[in-house]
Amino acid sequence: MSNWNKLWRNSAVRLGCAVLAVLLLLAVLAPWLGTFDPSAMDPSFISVAAGTRGEVTLPDGQTLQHVFWMGSDNFGRDIWSRVLFGTRVSLGVGLCTAVLAITGGCLLGMLAGYFRPVDAVVMRLVDGMMAIPAVLVAITLVAMLGASLPTVILAIAVPEIPRVTRLVRALVMGLRDEPFVEAARALASSNLTILWRDILPNALAPLIVQGTFIAASAVLTEAILSFLGLGLPADVPTWGNIMAEGRVQFAQSPGNVMFPALFLVPTVLAINLLGDGLRDVLDPKFSKRA
Amino acid sequence: MNTLTSPTPVFLDSAPPPQPRPAEVILDVQGLQVALPADADRPFAIEHLDVRIEAGQTLCIVGESGSGKSVLATTVMGLLAKGLTATQGHIRLAGETLMDQARLAPESRLRAWRGTRMGMVFQEPMTALNPVHSCGEQVDELLRTHTQWPAHERKAHILAIFDRVRLPDPKRIYDSYPHQLSGGQRQRIVIAMAIILKPRLLICDEPTTALDVTTQAEILRLIAELQVEQRSAVLFITHDMGVVAEIADQVMVMHRGRVVEQGPAEQVLHTPREAYTRMLLDAVPGMTPPPPRELPGGRALLSATGVGKTYVRRDWLGRAKPNTALHDASVAVHRGETVGVVGESGSGKSTFARCMIRLIDPTEGSILWGETPVHSLPEGRLRPLRSRVQVVFQDPNRSLNPRRTVGSSLMEGAMNFGMGERQARQTAEELMDRIQLPRTALDRYPHQFSGGQRQRLAIARAVACQPQVLVADEAVSALDVSVQAQILALLREIQADLGLGILFITHDLRVAAQLCDRVIVMSQGEIVEQGPTAQVFLQPAHDYTRRLLAAAPRAELARRA
Repeated sequence: MSNWNKLWRNSAVRLGCAVLAVLLLLAVLAPWLGTFDPSAMDPSFISVAAGTRGEVTLPDGQTLQHVFWMGSDNFGRDIWSRVLFGTRVSLGVGLCTAVLAITGGCLLGMLAGYFRPVDAVVMRLVDGMMAIPAVLVAITLVAMLGASLPTVILAIAVPEIPRVTRLVRALVMGLRDEPFVEAARALASSNLTILWRDILPNALAPLIVQGTFIAASAVLTEAILSFLGLGLPADVPTWGNIMAEGRVQFAQSPGNVMFPALFLVPTVLAINLLGDGLRDVLDPKFSKRA
Repeated sequence: MNTLTSPTPVFLDSAPPPQPRPAEVILDVQGLQVALPADADRPFAIEHLDVRIEAGQTLCIVGESGSGKSVLATTVMGLLAKGLTATQGHIRLAGETLMDQARLAPESRLRAWRGTRMGMVFQEPMTALNPVHSCGEQVDELLRTHTQWPAHERKAHILAIFDRVRLPDPKRIYDSYPHQLSGGQRQRIVIAMAIILKPRLLICDEPTTALDVTTQAEILRLIAELQVEQRSAVLFITHDMGVVAEIADQVMVMHRGRVVEQGPAEQVLHTPREAYTRMLLDAVPGMTPPPPRELPGGRALLSATGVGKTYVRRDWLGRAKPNTALHDASVAVHRGETVGVVGESGSGKSTFARCMIRLIDPTEGSILWGETPVHSLPEGRLRPLRSRVQVVFQDPNRSLNPRRTVGSSLMEGAMNFGMGERQARQTAEELMDRIQLPRTALDRYPHQFSGGQRQRLAIARAVACQPQVLVADEAVSALDVSVQAQILALLREIQADLGLGILFITHDLRVAAQLCDRVIVMSQGEIVEQGPTAQVFLQPAHDYTRRLLAAAPRAELARRA
């Protein structure tokens, strides 16, 4: 039976995919789902309750009939619009961080695992990085490079790289002694070819699994950074920013914190579910025996 | 020759020989049927199987991999793997019902019986023992579960049984951890655990397959002795006809879940009725080497002088602890010649082979590929020369990259040595004809082939870069005898066509006897004897060789004149 079939039979994978698909649709179709510019402020709708209807005036003077499904914040911005556009940022950050961390970790790990002399240098570097708290590294990087989307992604990805490096190194060291790798050496294949064709494809499954977990934690970390005011600029609609601004008047309008959280929790849960399911199928060492 | 009447009377299954007194039936299996999961290659792992073993008797179940012999053992123990379900059958153990109409006795009862009424010895003693507990503790745990004995009595029993299975210094062994013991000693611990409570039935699932021949001979003798002592019944599973000849009273031959033939050992081994049994017996190579072949001779294609490999481990103070895996080994392989390297595990034969193909770097001595010294060439300078010497490994499941089509694996070598893609593809297709696989199979992945087919593919991959010498490291050791015979035939054929020199590393003396022109015997990292195969096998000069030859299972007995 092919892996795809097995994946589809796994209920965790199916549920995770379904939730992520819905979120992805919401993110892509955000402009057509009863939203308007998430940064537009209308002073006549400051901190209105969820479900308020009214005619909104946009910055360019246009007016439109709008329902504030999730109310508005104390600048008169629509929470529903901000949350939906925030989904774009969160999913994007999750995906890009995972790809970046896996790529970086993979490169370092393959070098360290395959070439003995490189190992000593790279792994001491990596050990050093692991000794610094991830959020601290992220904060430092954002402070150094300025708050923008690429910086935030980089800031979240860099602290993840050591763990990926360690994983890849262990996998490569195991695969390096496999007979098919030795056979490739006897066939005079170059080290690069061996790494690319014999080692990487056989190490991919656990990497994909690790990637999903990184994506989940990246979504969370981005929210944390934004909430602390260290992530993206406050005017960019992200779940963390919305919650940070809602925090001050949590007692009056708890929706400003609750609604983004209602998106954040299922997102992280769905990615983790997907990762668990992927691991059961792709990485049989840890799965329950079928 | 098999149809001739034998001097000993032949008894049919339905008419057992008259016994002096009615024998006690220990294991009685009737109409057992075990279903495989829906997506397996056949519906049943075991079909309509009847087995009876009497006290003091050994029943050997022989069969190739996938014949269902291990499934029978796990069914009797009540340890069927997930996915397998018993659909029919009754099992009685010493008068008590273990399985009634495919329903097993309750787990609590089975658990109480395991160890007390039935003991089991597994193939791999390292995985059967828990690495984090000392051997004594593990046996003690068994006794605590099944007996009410006080601690000092348990310890006395354990030390007594360790002594009985001839473990040296039982007190020390009691506190040793599994990794501190040799494979044979570990297997003795497992046997001690299996028999300490004097079970009526002892199930042995390939207990000697992972062991060296000399150790195997000792373990087999031990099992036979213990059986006489305790008058237990033994269900012994093996794929090795030599082992069968050694210990069986009764033999049952299985093939794809069915019983092919069943009867007293003498009869099955000497006058088998079924073609499949004959095939199994014929596939066992004999210990008598064939007459020497004419060899073309000429200059050596691969030669080594005084090769050694010393691993240096450093302790926490940085002090070097050298460990010599190989010392002063020399060999020369000529055109069309097969040189065998035999020895037990740890004898350094694999280290030698890997030095010869420069997968590891020798620490001393010189290695020549043709005329070129290669022992100290860096990998980059070595690469263009690598087409001359190719390698085939033991485990066909791991020697092909599972994520690449076999075609791409077969073409890789040829293309690395400058062949164009189309030409490489054509070479690969021709090789597929030679190894008797369809050309279209080049686009498949390794898991779609059987073990024997994969080994043929591995040979084809090595031959694809037109080597002069093939190094085969235990290349047939992981295969069933019938498949083994095919692979050996393929190697001979390729050798005859291409004039390849072959360096054949094996622990199986029978295979070496049949295939090799010259044999090198290794022990503890050194060559102890070498010479033409006939001379080494018929007039061994060194003590170690003599012991090795004496310990080989009675291969000649399994072969009929």
